[in-house]
Amino acid sequence: MIFIFAVFLLSLLVITAIAIVRAKNLFVAVMLTSIFSLLMAANFFILDAADVALTEAAVGAGVTTVIFLCALSLTDDREKPREGNRWIAFCTVAVLALLIIYATFDKPRLGDPDAPVHQHVAPWYLDKTPEYIDIPNVVTAILGSFRGYDTLGEVFVVFSACIGVLFILGVSPVKGNNAVTKKISGLRHHLIPQVVGRLLIPFIVLFGLYVQFHGEYGPGGGFQAGAIIATGVILYGLLEGESAALKAIPRSVLLGMVVGGALLYGGVGVACMLMGGAFLDYSVLAADPVAGQQLGILIIEAGVGMAVCGALLSIYHAFAARESLS
Amino acid sequence: MIELIFDILSWILLLLGGACVLIGGIGGLRMPNFYTRIHAASLTDTMGTILIFVGIMLQAGLSLATLKLFAIMIFLLLTGPTATYALANAALVSGLKPDVEPTSEETNEAESK
Repeated sequence: MIFIFAVFLLSLLVITAIAIVRAKNLFVAVMLTSIFSLLMAANFFILDAADVALTEAAVGAGVTTVIFLCALSLTDDREKPREGNRWIAFCTVAVLALLIIYATFDKPRLGDPDAPVHQHVAPWYLDKTPEYIDIPNVVTAILGSFRGYDTLGEVFVVFSACIGVLFILGVSPVKGNNAVTKKISGLRHHLIPQVVGRLLIPFIVLFGLYVQFHGEYGPGGGFQAGAIIATGVILYGLLEGESAALKAIPRSVLLGMVVGGALLYGGVGVACMLMGGAFLDYSVLAADPVAGQQLGILIIEAGVGMAVCGALLSIYHAFAARESLS
Repeated sequence: MIELIFDILSWILLLLGGACVLIGGIGGLRMPNFYTRIHAASLTDTMGTILIFVGIMLQAGLSLATLKLFAIMIFLLLTGPTATYALANAALVSGLKPDVEPTSEETNEAESK
């Protein structure tokens, strides 16, 4: 049964991908990209990767769609007619596709217990998580503690992406331009979206906090929570206008969240070193090593959540502010 | 006995909900203009959601899952029609007239006059 559903979802993915390529109107392409992300999230969920599915749904289908739409409102919504022949591009894609299809012949069957990925370190993680960290969600244990370096790297990737976007698009709030910014006031004159949105925003943010602090027991964690909270604030920005959202959470706070989140993560690592352990070895944070691990994971997840939320909101504001200034 | 009744009831609801979604899908493809199309598609948001979710809730019985399903149903019932409204409103604001194209009889009458 689940196999039929998976095949159905995968064929929908292919159809959506072809539709995205063929769409001439860029708004249509953006909406199709959002649908693609949602289908991808459903696929991840079928593969029992609930954490990834949550991220894909919040970031792919939610935040990036809004950012794409903001970017589209700065440019044209029609694709430029292409000049020259596309045989080179077509051949490259065909050769790559054939290579990838050839590579899949060597892949182990889905869910094969003898697959290399299930033989390497995964059994050790599953075995030792109750002993060393004692939290039910092994994904969070691997992500936060066993492979803490990788996650630190990811946080710095988010951090540098945010800095990069701000360097290219970031506009300093020019004084005297307030009149222009005030004129665009979101969906204020549309009563129904306004009321329903205001009703939902607190619950979205609350759900984000739940995902943040429940990450050790169920699917979730800093990345997902940051994206969900950012979605709530972006919804507020869409309803009330970008300046209102900026008034609620000013730019300086957003930058502080991005920098502070990355710094908090790194700071925990340094604190571990100062207390006599290795970098990001949380066991020394408390008298009991297991409690120390749990405390460390809680703090670094908070850092990740802050950094992701701040970065997504900064990028959104970078696009939306340009729109109101031009 | 009571379980059998619940099971039959939930399957009736699920099938009715599926029919609503199917009708919404067909209507979304076959209706003549934008406003009638989203009118058909909004059937999926309301009737389809209610019937399918109540059907699954009957399957789940009295448990935490039922409460979660209820929360999801309320969420979908709030957001779906709002999205439909926003879509219709955006179309109206951007200048799409809700007038139906005159049917062939009406054009004949207009020509005869």
